[in-house]
Amino acid sequence: MSNWLQSLGMACLGAFERLGRASILFVQILSGLPSLFGRVSLVVYQIYSVGVLSLVIIIVSGLFVGMVLGLQGYNTLVDFGAEESLGVVVALGLVRELGPVVTALLFAGRAGSALTAEIGLMKATEQLSAMEMMAIDPIRRVLAPRFLAGVIAMPLLAAIFSAVGVIGGYFVGVGMVGVDDGAFWSQMQDAVDMYDDIYNGVIKSMVFGVVVTWIAIFEGNDAIPTSEGVSRATTRTVVYSSLAVLGLDFVLTALMFGEI
Amino acid sequence: MQNNDDIIIKVRNLSFARGNRVIFDDIDLDIKRGSVTGIMGPSGTGKTTLLRLIGGQLQPTAGTVEVDGECVQQLNRSELYRLRKRMGMLFQNGALLTDMNVFDNVAFPLREHTQLPEQIIRDLVLMKLESVGLRGARKLMPSELSGGMARRVALARAIALDPMMIMYDEPFTGQDPISMGVLVRLIRLLNDALGLTSIIVSHDIQETLSIADDVYLLSGGKVVGHGTTEELNNSKSEWAQQFLKGLPDGPVPFHYSAADYADDLLAGVDDKPAAGEAV
Repeated sequence: MSNWLQSLGMACLGAFERLGRASILFVQILSGLPSLFGRVSLVVYQIYSVGVLSLVIIIVSGLFVGMVLGLQGYNTLVDFGAEESLGVVVALGLVRELGPVVTALLFAGRAGSALTAEIGLMKATEQLSAMEMMAIDPIRRVLAPRFLAGVIAMPLLAAIFSAVGVIGGYFVGVGMVGVDDGAFWSQMQDAVDMYDDIYNGVIKSMVFGVVVTWIAIFEGNDAIPTSEGVSRATTRTVVYSSLAVLGLDFVLTALMFGEI
Repeated sequence: MQNNDDIIIKVRNLSFARGNRVIFDDIDLDIKRGSVTGIMGPSGTGKTTLLRLIGGQLQPTAGTVEVDGECVQQLNRSELYRLRKRMGMLFQNGALLTDMNVFDNVAFPLREHTQLPEQIIRDLVLMKLESVGLRGARKLMPSELSGGMARRVALARAIALDPMMIMYDEPFTGQDPISMGVLVRLIRLLNDALGLTSIIVSHDIQETLSIADDVYLLSGGKVVGHGTTEELNNSKSEWAQQFLKGLPDGPVPFHYSAADYADDLLAGVDDKPAAGEAV
């Protein structure tokens, strides 16, 4: 029993210690951001790496999610004779929830894991140490541009996901099951509010962008510099980011749309 | 700011521990300006740690490290970075940035620290690469280089900012005889031609002794021998003789410390290994 308590205590202490280190790194990265004003090319390259290279998976997933949403929405709405509201269901579902959340999950799997592995391997091969010895701060040169790129790329990817999803829903709803074209768009236009829906969705995706990129960068920087260490860190990035995204989504939804 | 003191690095009463494990216990070292100094000792004696302490990447538990008149531990971040611009370090595997080619790797510190026009950077990089014999390899990526070539590129990068000293971390490990010969020659040549001070951390005895002006032997957290190659070869110290001749047993025991052999065999099972972390 005392052993069990002891290991529980150690696990908790370890978790708090990691949280502390992660917070310190977060502050250090934030303080490194102003130095990027003169180094736009570094950030642009990272946006290409985490954003542009994630486009395929985001577009394909967005299309299919929108199509499924269109089909499921239609099957339910048609029972009530409300199938012309399909556009509203698809758009609200995507803009408020699925766009930011699914994009963040995909982003964690595609870009977050890559960030962790890259930074972890740079640490394992002493590239970060070598930079420090060349009097170049790895936090400013390596971590800060990646963080900023992740935070910029994530809302853009979520917007693309939602837009492509709406098109997917349109293909299925209007193209396949015969919802009226005009009703699909006009009802969507009526019901989707710029502030309540779109801005809130953008805020969500920005928060997810910060959290996922922060976790990915911290795990890479904190990885034990061996093959096993980097592989574990990569796994942790995907697991922790996914859990954080889903948990935060509830909190944000409750704050934005709930009556709590 | 150049200090005219003859001793460029002064290590005084240095102690360093990782957890309960004592790596250094009250050691003193002096590195002479313009010399090639070898720091030798068995694996795991903290030779690389010593370089990291000199470079300010680690903080000692006690004692001081003074580089060119400045106490490394008392410098703030920007002062430490200013000092590091004058220190080159060659890491064991080269530590080249893998997303850049050879040219860009050598140009990296110049581009980060200077505002020189690209044409001058090109000339400087080609000069540095020429001095390590790899001007023709400037378009190759680090993954296309052999281990020896990677270290030479890293050496060119380390001298890019014309430092006052270079620290070599195990430069000869895993090299074929030709690369080894090239590196040995380069270290001495660059030291003398560029007026550097070189510190070589190594356990390759012959290579290090062949170029070192001064050698420190470390073991068990202490300096156990110090002198020129000749002095060490003639040393009466049992430890120095064991290390220099590569004897399997002596003051450094063959066996890692353990419980009595017979007791251990009769004890049955060991403690269970720790379970893997589940995430």
